[in-house]
Amino acid sequence: MNGNGDGPVVVAADVARRYGQGETAVDALRGVSVEIERARLTAVMGPSGSGKSTLMHILAGLDKPTSGTVAVAGTEITTLGDNELTKLRRRHIGFVFQFFNLLPMLNARENITLPLTISGEKPEDGWVDKIVGDVGLSDRLSHRPSELSGGQQQRVAIARALVSKPTVLFADEPTGNLDSTTGNEILELLRRSVDDYGQTMVMVTHDARAAAMAHRVLFLADGQIVRELGECNAHRILEVLEEIAA
Amino acid sequence: MISVSLRGLLGRKLRAALTGIAIVLGVAMISGTYILTDTIDRAFTTLFTESYAGTDAVVTGRGLDISIDGESPPNPPVDASLLDTVRGVEGVALATGTVLDERNTKILTAEGKAVSSEGAPTFGFGIDTAPELDQFNPLNVLEGRWPASADEVVIDVGTADDQGYSVGDMVEISTLQPKRSFELVGVAQYGSLDSLGNASFAVFTIPAAQELLDRQGQYDAISVAANEGIAEDELVAAIEPVLPDTAKVVSATAEAEDQVDEVNEFTAIFRYFLLVFAGIALFVGAFVIFNTFSITVAQRTREFATLRTIGASRRQILGSVILESLVIGFAASLIGLGLGVLLAEGIEGLFRALGVELPTADRVFAMRTVIVALVVGVGITLAAGLFPAIRATRVPPIAAVREGATLPKSRFAPFVPWVAGIAVLVALVVLARAMFTDELGTADRLLSIAAGVLLLFLGIAMLSSHVVRPLAAVSSPIGRWAAFAFAVLFWPLWLLPYWLMRYGAWGPGSAARRVGAFVGGALLNPLVALVVLVMWLRRAVTSWVPEWPAEFPGVVPDRVAARTGGENACRNPSRTAATAAALMIGIALVAFIATLTNGMKVSNREAIEEQIAADYVVTSLDGYTPFVAAAGDALAASAVPELVTSVRSDGGLVDGNSAEIGGIEPDAIAEAYVFDWREGDESLLATLGTTKAVVSSNYAEDHDVAIGDEVTIRSTADRTAKVTVVGTFEPPPFYPLLESVNVSRELFDSLYDRPRNRWTWANVAGEPDDGDRARMEQAIAGFPDTQLETREEWIEREDADFNQFISFLYVMLTLAVFVSIFGMINTLVLSVYERTREIGMLRAIGMTRRQVRRMIRQESIITALIGAAVGLPLGIFLAALVNRALAEYDIRFAIPWVQLVVLTIVAIVIGILAAIMPARRAARLDPLRAIAYE
Ligand SMILES: Nc1ncnc2c1ncn2[C@@H]1O[C@H](COP(=O)(O)OP(=O)(O)OP(=O)(O)O)[C@@H](O)[C@H]1O
Ligand SMILES: [Mg+2]
Repeated sequence: MNGNGDGPVVVAADVARRYGQGETAVDALRGVSVEIERARLTAVMGPSGSGKSTLMHILAGLDKPTSGTVAVAGTEITTLGDNELTKLRRRHIGFVFQFFNLLPMLNARENITLPLTISGEKPEDGWVDKIVGDVGLSDRLSHRPSELSGGQQQRVAIARALVSKPTVLFADEPTGNLDSTTGNEILELLRRSVDDYGQTMVMVTHDARAAAMAHRVLFLADGQIVRELGECNAHRILEVLEEIAA
Repeated sequence: MISVSLRGLLGRKLRAALTGIAIVLGVAMISGTYILTDTIDRAFTTLFTESYAGTDAVVTGRGLDISIDGESPPNPPVDASLLDTVRGVEGVALATGTVLDERNTKILTAEGKAVSSEGAPTFGFGIDTAPELDQFNPLNVLEGRWPASADEVVIDVGTADDQGYSVGDMVEISTLQPKRSFELVGVAQYGSLDSLGNASFAVFTIPAAQELLDRQGQYDAISVAANEGIAEDELVAAIEPVLPDTAKVVSATAEAEDQVDEVNEFTAIFRYFLLVFAGIALFVGAFVIFNTFSITVAQRTREFATLRTIGASRRQILGSVILESLVIGFAASLIGLGLGVLLAEGIEGLFRALGVELPTADRVFAMRTVIVALVVGVGITLAAGLFPAIRATRVPPIAAVREGATLPKSRFAPFVPWVAGIAVLVALVVLARAMFTDELGTADRLLSIAAGVLLLFLGIAMLSSHVVRPLAAVSSPIGRWAAFAFAVLFWPLWLLPYWLMRYGAWGPGSAARRVGAFVGGALLNPLVALVVLVMWLRRAVTSWVPEWPAEFPGVVPDRVAARTGGENACRNPSRTAATAAALMIGIALVAFIATLTNGMKVSNREAIEEQIAADYVVTSLDGYTPFVAAAGDALAASAVPELVTSVRSDGGLVDGNSAEIGGIEPDAIAEAYVFDWREGDESLLATLGTTKAVVSSNYAEDHDVAIGDEVTIRSTADRTAKVTVVGTFEPPPFYPLLESVNVSRELFDSLYDRPRNRWTWANVAGEPDDGDRARMEQAIAGFPDTQLETREEWIEREDADFNQFISFLYVMLTLAVFVSIFGMINTLVLSVYERTREIGMLRAIGMTRRQVRRMIRQESIITALIGAAVGLPLGIFLAALVNRALAEYDIRFAIPWVQLVVLTIVAIVIGILAAIMPARRAARLDPLRAIAYE
């Protein structure tokens, strides 16, 4: 695994994010501090517009906070230049999108190995095959994304995120665009990668059952972390969500 | 990463191909130009080296150092006795004398008119064809034998083939003597050259040539071969001392090089002239590429962002877009290079259509052609793709998660209008400096003009995105009504037969009805049957099924479709502006030429009408090379005209400077030519004698000559005369018909051995009529190189010649217009692709296919009209600018309204044509698929 030591992989301190200026400014995050622990699945929940996606983007270095600091694998990322950020993304960060974001002209295999192609690394022997096997795509490798179902596309996306063994993997509503059966399969897959490879993962979800598979659940409301739960069942999570909404 | 971007390119084949075409045509023009001019160069180089292969030195007369418009008169002949002198020189193995005249030998057609050479030389040779002297003879007899007596001739194979003459025929040839009939005893070619272009030659025996070409006891050249082991230079040194002052000797190598250089200079000009059009096409191509890349980069925002999130660096994004332009540029350049071979044939054919034969030999495909074509093609693609590539690197990773993410505004966007404004200003300053100051050399001046125009086009293109909205608003109704008008025009001839034939091929109903419909359609327009046949074949071969029922063709304009199309045109003003800019360049250049040349035609007519009072004019067939003076005398001898006066013309030195010298008839010229005296008056003419001259005011000013000054005239025959300037006149600067220095014909004839007329003018008593004319034509019938025209016919022929040249320019500019059409198609295809969902939605809520097509077409027409709206005024403005710069020629400025209207209609047609394919693609989109499309 990348990243050294046993401490948290991602540390955010007092992160605030404001969109726009003046009268119409929106405070999407107002002082969020959080630590993401190694080899654990952390779920982020909260009402729509509570700032979940914004937090994810900032933790993943896709966006910069208005104030506060974020460290990934020990590196402070809010002040990094574009080149260092690119290097950081290659080594430490994986991302799974709600809309898959596959490259239409590449087949499944090429999409999966794309991060390695980009960084110019040679995949470890058997690693790609192992991932492909684990996500259950062995017989679909030569298909283009347009020839795959939504669930298969998301499997390709997950394999793509795992292939470079990132220190932390972010997934923003990875099942948001899928039916519930397919969604469950995807969730299983994500959870398994945490268990089997020790992959650190942060996942935004609206689905309490999904969150129930996490080691830890963070609740966001109005741009702040308002509650936190350890491993628990879906019922409990729904209760907390209702509390927050009230 | 390389493979990723190549795969991307493969996924966009159509777009890549359409982008590539922007470069293909320009590169083809470059390679075609080089192939053609290299071939001409090669032809002449071979010709000259071959013709001097057996020669070591050449003795000729020593000509004066005269150069008028870069051309020097041929060397004068030497005395024939010099041949024996040269033969006596130590080291000379062999020598022979040759008669060679470049312009007085005209082979006649069966109808008795001279074969037109369009200004190319018409050689008359007198060659000693004794076998032992064969090494000097540049000609090879292909059929028959060399002439052996004075009434035999050999002519070039090209002319023989064209005119259908074969060995044994009698061929009429006119020379400095009246035309005469010769027996054709052989056909020959120059060296190994298939064709000399328009040039022709006739070979006589030496005594015959000397007599026919007025060179009794003279040779034009003595060719010398040295004994074994004697170098050319040694031979030259040995001969030099025995020559009189009037002769000179040069080594054969030097002579060949001289002639090669002369030709190369001409082909270089020709080459640059053609390359200008390649440059224009490439410049337009650069716009198209820039635009296409900008659009594709914008459409791929999300893809780039995704690549960024999975670790691609900015440099990699930049690299992948640049690699795409590199591949497109390289592939397009390769295709263009190959296409150049065809284009070379095309240009040659174009010239042939204009009556200009280019010399032919095997096509020369030089390494330089390959390198220049590839470097320029790839270079321009890269340059045009660079800015969009840089913008692609500005896509932030976060755009991967934003729905409908667009390319962030360029950091320079706010400065664009300023930059554009400054570019226009700088362009105007550069242009003004190039046109209105004297300190620049020709090359600098042309370069500045090119740079200025380029910059002006760029600046205007950048600014034009701000006027897209108002222009679109104005164009919209024009486009709608134009489309309506065209639909009505084409309804019976195109739309209806097409529908009928499709019905016949695939429609329902009885066999009789279907056959009837098909036959009816085919009768209306058989051409459309071809289209339907292709559809039928396609159906038979592929899985494609033609759609039926097809909408019955209608012409009623559709407001909704037109309005939506108009709105679409304004949606992305900078995209529309860049697309229109490509067309704007072509239109501006055509408008420029049309306006400038229209003024020239008006000036030409005015200049002739101002100067000429004569009813008839005699010129040589091509209208500009001087003709045998005897023709004028023959007309004068006729009883028909009341008055005949000729103007002699030849080059010479006046006080040591090259000048055209004219010989006028003092007692008659004023009846035919209207002098605009500056100093002096008509009464002066009677006093000219052999000691006085009248000069044009321009000449007087340029050479600081005043009334009463004495100037020395030296003719090409090396005789001199001192004359006093007694008067100055001011001819219209655009087309002065008299030379700048004019002496009496008497003096002129004493200065030149073979005087020639530039004009012979004739007046008849009363109104000119056909009977007079026929009798006058009869009088000069012995001079087949001449033609008699009325003043009006003369003006019209000059206009026609000029029109031909203008049409040639237009044809060459079509290339650039073609490129811009592909640019328009490309933009439309990309827009349709981008709006797939939207079009699907429009279809789903009830828009018909026809409405979709009309919507796209309207957008296209508006884009084309914007191009015209910016291009036309720009072209007129440039014409006005050049007109001012050429003020010394006093060219009228006359806007050719009719042509400009035609040009606007052409723009509309271009808009309609460009929309055909994209509109069909849009109309074919399946509404359901289009909506589901991600
Ligand atoms: N680019 C942006 N510009 C302006 N405001 C934004 C932008 N992105 C998000 N916001 C605002 O910030 C707030 C938080 O948005 P965010 O996308 O993080 O919410 P979310 O918790 O992910 O919601 P959802 O569950 O609907 O995805 C919202 O009020 C949103 O309107
Ligand atoms: Mg969200």
